[in-house]
Amino acid sequence: MATIYIENEPRQADSNQNLLHVLLSLGYDLPYFCWHPALGSVGACRQCAVKQFRNEQDTAGKIVIACMTPAADGTRVSIKDPEAAEFRAAVIQGLMQNHPHDCPVCDEGGECHLQDMTVMTGHCSRHYRFTKRTFRNQYLGPLLNHEMNRCIQCQRCVRFYRDYAGGHDLNAFRLRDTVYFGRFEDGVLENEFSGNLAEVCPTGVFTDATLKRHYTRKWDLQMAPSVCVHCAAGCNISVGERYGTLRRVVNRYNHAVNGYFLCDRGRFGYEFVNSDQRIRECLLGGEPTELTRAMFRLGTLLRDGNCIGIGSPRASLESNFALRQLVGPDHFYAGVADEEWSVTLAALEVLKHGPAPSPSLDEIEHCDAVLVLGEDVTNVLPLMALRLRQSVRQQPVRKATDLHIPLWLDHAVRELVQDERGPLFIASPSVTRLDDVATEVLRAAPSGLARLGFAVAHALDPDAPAAPDLSSEVEAVAGRIAAALRSARSPLVISGTSCGSRELVEAAAQVAWALCKTGKPARLSFCFPECNSAGLALMRPRPLSAAFQAMQRGSADTVIILENDLYRRGSVAEVSTLLDTARHVVVLDHLKNRTTGKAELVLPAGAFAETDGTLVNNELRAQRFFQAFPPQGEVRASWHWLSNSLIPELPAGTCSWRTLDDIVSAIANEMPDLAPIEHAAPSRKELGKVAREPNRYSGRTSILANISVHEPKPPEDLDSALAFSMESGPQPPPSALIPFFWSPGWNSIQSVNKFQGEVGGPLRGGDPGVRLIDQKAEIAWQYFSATPPAFQPNSDEWLLLPHFHIFGSEELSRQAPAISELVPRAYVGLNATDAALLGVKSGELIKVTIGDSVHELEASLRTDVPRGVALLPAGIPPVDNLSLPARGRLSPLRAAVYGFAK
Amino acid sequence: MFSLLRSLWEVFKHAFHPRVTIQYPEQKPYLAPRYRGRIILTRDPDGGERCVACNLCAVACPVDCIALQATEDEHGRRYPEFFRINFSRCIFCGFCEEACPTYAIQLTPDFEMAEYNRQNLVYEKKDLLIDGPGKYPDYNFWRVAGVAIGGKEKGQAENEAAPVDLHSLLP
Amino acid sequence: MMSLYPLLIIAVVLFVILNLAAGLIWVERRLLALWQDRYGPNRVGPFGLGQVLADSVKLFTKEDWIPPFADRAVFVLAPGIIVATALLSFAVVPFAPGFVVADLNIGLLFLLAMSSLGVYSVVLAGWASNNKYSLLGGIRASAQMLSYEVFMGLSLLGVVILAGSFRLTDIVEAQRKVWFVIPQFAGFVLFLIAGVAETRRLPFDLAEAESELIAGFHSEYSGMKFGMFFVGEYIGVTLISAAIALLYFGGWLGPILPSALWFAIKTLAFICLFILLRAGLPRPRFDQLMLWGWKYLLPLSLLNLLVTGAVVLALS
Repeated sequence: MATIYIENEPRQADSNQNLLHVLLSLGYDLPYFCWHPALGSVGACRQCAVKQFRNEQDTAGKIVIACMTPAADGTRVSIKDPEAAEFRAAVIQGLMQNHPHDCPVCDEGGECHLQDMTVMTGHCSRHYRFTKRTFRNQYLGPLLNHEMNRCIQCQRCVRFYRDYAGGHDLNAFRLRDTVYFGRFEDGVLENEFSGNLAEVCPTGVFTDATLKRHYTRKWDLQMAPSVCVHCAAGCNISVGERYGTLRRVVNRYNHAVNGYFLCDRGRFGYEFVNSDQRIRECLLGGEPTELTRAMFRLGTLLRDGNCIGIGSPRASLESNFALRQLVGPDHFYAGVADEEWSVTLAALEVLKHGPAPSPSLDEIEHCDAVLVLGEDVTNVLPLMALRLRQSVRQQPVRKATDLHIPLWLDHAVRELVQDERGPLFIASPSVTRLDDVATEVLRAAPSGLARLGFAVAHALDPDAPAAPDLSSEVEAVAGRIAAALRSARSPLVISGTSCGSRELVEAAAQVAWALCKTGKPARLSFCFPECNSAGLALMRPRPLSAAFQAMQRGSADTVIILENDLYRRGSVAEVSTLLDTARHVVVLDHLKNRTTGKAELVLPAGAFAETDGTLVNNELRAQRFFQAFPPQGEVRASWHWLSNSLIPELPAGTCSWRTLDDIVSAIANEMPDLAPIEHAAPSRKELGKVAREPNRYSGRTSILANISVHEPKPPEDLDSALAFSMESGPQPPPSALIPFFWSPGWNSIQSVNKFQGEVGGPLRGGDPGVRLIDQKAEIAWQYFSATPPAFQPNSDEWLLLPHFHIFGSEELSRQAPAISELVPRAYVGLNATDAALLGVKSGELIKVTIGDSVHELEASLRTDVPRGVALLPAGIPPVDNLSLPARGRLSPLRAAVYGFAK
Repeated sequence: MFSLLRSLWEVFKHAFHPRVTIQYPEQKPYLAPRYRGRIILTRDPDGGERCVACNLCAVACPVDCIALQATEDEHGRRYPEFFRINFSRCIFCGFCEEACPTYAIQLTPDFEMAEYNRQNLVYEKKDLLIDGPGKYPDYNFWRVAGVAIGGKEKGQAENEAAPVDLHSLLP
Repeated sequence: MMSLYPLLIIAVVLFVILNLAAGLIWVERRLLALWQDRYGPNRVGPFGLGQVLADSVKLFTKEDWIPPFADRAVFVLAPGIIVATALLSFAVVPFAPGFVVADLNIGLLFLLAMSSLGVYSVVLAGWASNNKYSLLGGIRASAQMLSYEVFMGLSLLGVVILAGSFRLTDIVEAQRKVWFVIPQFAGFVLFLIAGVAETRRLPFDLAEAESELIAGFHSEYSGMKFGMFFVGEYIGVTLISAAIALLYFGGWLGPILPSALWFAIKTLAFICLFILLRAGLPRPRFDQLMLWGWKYLLPLSLLNLLVTGAVVLALS
């Protein structure tokens, strides 16, 4: 710590930081543009000028750029100094010289950092009499709009896109005041994190294109703290509603999880909530029916029938728990394919009973050697990939510390590091998006990857069993990986469920445990497939196949399916048999799908933005999401549907919750594993009101005036402290309940500065969420002894692996119009050599036979896929009903298509 | 004491002053053009809708009686999809007019809008939009804005240079 | 016939006073408007006279509502008291020679007694309303009445000394030579101030004080019960005006015109003065009101009595 003097007042500051960082952390207002807490300082905009004085006697002082000046002990600065203030106003006058007269039609207006900073400096009218330079815009895809005239050349976009997110197709062109930020030519931005440009850009050059289609100013959004449901990372988001539809998603800072950034799937996948495929009424036999009739029917079914329940990895803990209590723990089944199920359980066991803890995403960023086994992290858990991209800088930037270059001095550090990277080893069946920063990549079938893992573990600790019959090449790779991990300060092993291979999970654990045994603080992280996969697994449901059997045995006749399209979970034959044998099928879901089409009774379940609940992410952190708006129609949370307040004639004491607090404490009482979720967010009774609407929310007396001029009372929220109004208690909301970031004078999302203890650090009051498993000091564990046999290609029985796509593989985001434009067409990807043997050329159709399902897919020839392995896109129709990995046959279709022509 | 008597006398003298009351329905008062009465939406001199749906009127409104939704035509010109003023709440403060960056929303010297049914005081865009520019005949926001709309490309607005050619090597 | 004559007088007095009270609402509104360069009620009937009728119809047909928290019996009784006491006072007022309901030999004392009974109405109304503002209004009224009552009586004693009688007809007759306003000018001013305070008219309407106490003692009243307070107030104004005319301006005495008309003209003039006071003067603070009452007006009235007594003694 250092003592610095601000306006002659002594204040304590972190001497490793720059003045701007320190001043903002201490709560001072100082305008800035190019600096970003996650990107560091480059001193490009000259906006954060302050006056620095040599000592107490120095009255003249000199103007310095705060973000480029270290907060050394004894530094004396003045923000208020008239010369510095004048300098800042002059800088912004220059920046505004070419800024167009666009604010009324600009999507950034009202949450524009440039607006805020201009107001802060006091600049108000343009003195420059000559013309403004203009640019033509580019088409950047369905997610982002480009309006280049507004640019103030702060360089943040390219610094984020290229330096931070590893994109290549956005760059700065031309020179002086005509610098242009865009692509070489029109086209969709390739990087999976491009959406962050909308938040990183201090003004309206890059704006959210999905928001533009139903544009609403920030001050008009009714917002709530939420958690992204499109992958298992559990990024914190803030969702905004207006006129009954969800309008947009923005980042909600959580230091431990997502930090400042979101992936494009999470940011733009929200529009499924507004889909016209939504179920908004109870359906009985496919026809809309009244609530009371539907609930009477459900009550009758529960009383008379033998019910089983099928849970869901994309439903909240509360909803799954409600179903589990309704049908009884013995009749509660996991709504996921058995393979995925067993791998998820294995991963949980490993995390629970092994010595290696699972890191938060923030901790992942600070790991300095990483081994990825069998995961394309970018397409499965995108934010983890963004963090991994930073982790490869951990070792090289140590050089900067040695040379006394402060780490925040971004350009200097990058010049020093150049292309040097720390160890990141990726072993996977196919190319991944992180390969460009990987030290070494290895391609193999899942069992081959597992064998590599066991080999690495053996190399680290000879006590770990060795994998027999390894090729010398793999042996050498394993040796290099082991050496890198051994010399790291904080190594990390990542695996997951993508390959559907239990051995792979065990191999990853083996490596991490071997490291732990040698005294390294090794961590182990798993990519789970869906937002609550881990939560569902912690509820200990029985496997899905057991449900199929129970139905066939006749021990059950009614099935209640929770927020799940079963056709994505098992073969068509199995699922159809289940749904046809069951005498009664009850489904709770938000979108129409094949399963709801087969249901006798459909209850409209609320989507994430319409309900409250808790999700468990891949770190095993339970996080609460809150309702942003009361949904249209009969829609309500699944756990509300499954309670005795709605279902008549339930035995007393069953499902007797009314509010979120009730059911959360019921879960905590019932399940010791999940007991900490009570602390995931403050309960309703602990707090006064927290406003969902900003205090400038407009149209209160007019929004519904077309229906009736007599305004209804705002709806009451019995489940949380959040209010559907502008009313708020005097105290700032606790970190888990911050609906949006706003502070006087700071309308943009940069106002998060005002909510952090220190800029870039955890939110005041601690980061939201609670870890469910904390490592015990002493754990008895032992190595897995079984190493899998090597993979043998078999031309009659191909190994078909799922290939994940950030856009398309996830069920819900695929329904969002913007995302659906980016979903690839279904294909079958196979090694070019294999294809030659099959006699298939690129783009030709291949017949894929798995069991009794047959698909004709375009061949996509690749060099990365191992022989005997074929890739099918995960979750993308028409192959979204295959549970992968699977064994199947490929046969060319050319004869049938082109036969006669040739 | 004397001041009391004097003020009584002064008040008494008013008995012989002319009355200022205007006998309203028979006698119409003069209202200045800037009088704050019924709110209208105007068009720019080219006949296009002036409102760009920026929401500033709505946010300035102290009684929150304005609701609108922005949308765009195929050429990027923004306009309100719906625009609703609940006159049963309006206090005719004129903040909306002050906030309007395009002179679209204007208050007029017409206050005779009483209704027997409150519902009739909810005005939609069709009730608000007139066919003229109102008090500001010359202003056209799109001529000074930087965004391109149908009929106005980049660089064609007032005080704008021609767009930078990215492919030119000249500095 | 002889037994019918007093009844006729009573009927005429009741009719005139009650109608006058109602009409005064219109008079007051028109006069206030006149002094404020407005028109006042001018839409209903000729000169807006129908406004009186419209208002009474409205008051009569309004819901007769009693707040659930009020003391019912007292709440209903209070407005009756004010009207009753004010009307009873008129029993001793001689409108013309021989035209008086009861020519009591203690007429003046009766008048004072009745007008001070009126304060019960205000205090009870404030109490029964069970509302802090009403209660404050009631308490203010009682303190105000108590303070001003004292020198009101004292200021009149000068007149009594000069006339040598409490009988009102005697007092009027005693002014044949000169109106008592000349020898008793100080007494007249004191009585006028006390009279305004006694009727709780502006500027001494601290019991009502709408800017501080909503509507003071009658905040909770509506409909005809509120109307009674209103009527009571106007009867009170008429009474004090009539008393001033009788005691200081020679009552019905006057040349040419019939005596009753003289009395009416004089009374009306003072009613107009009451309204002018309302139009022209601001309301004092309550502490100022009490200060004047006890520190200046009471000593002044005592002094007036002393001087009058001394002069009368010296002259006799």
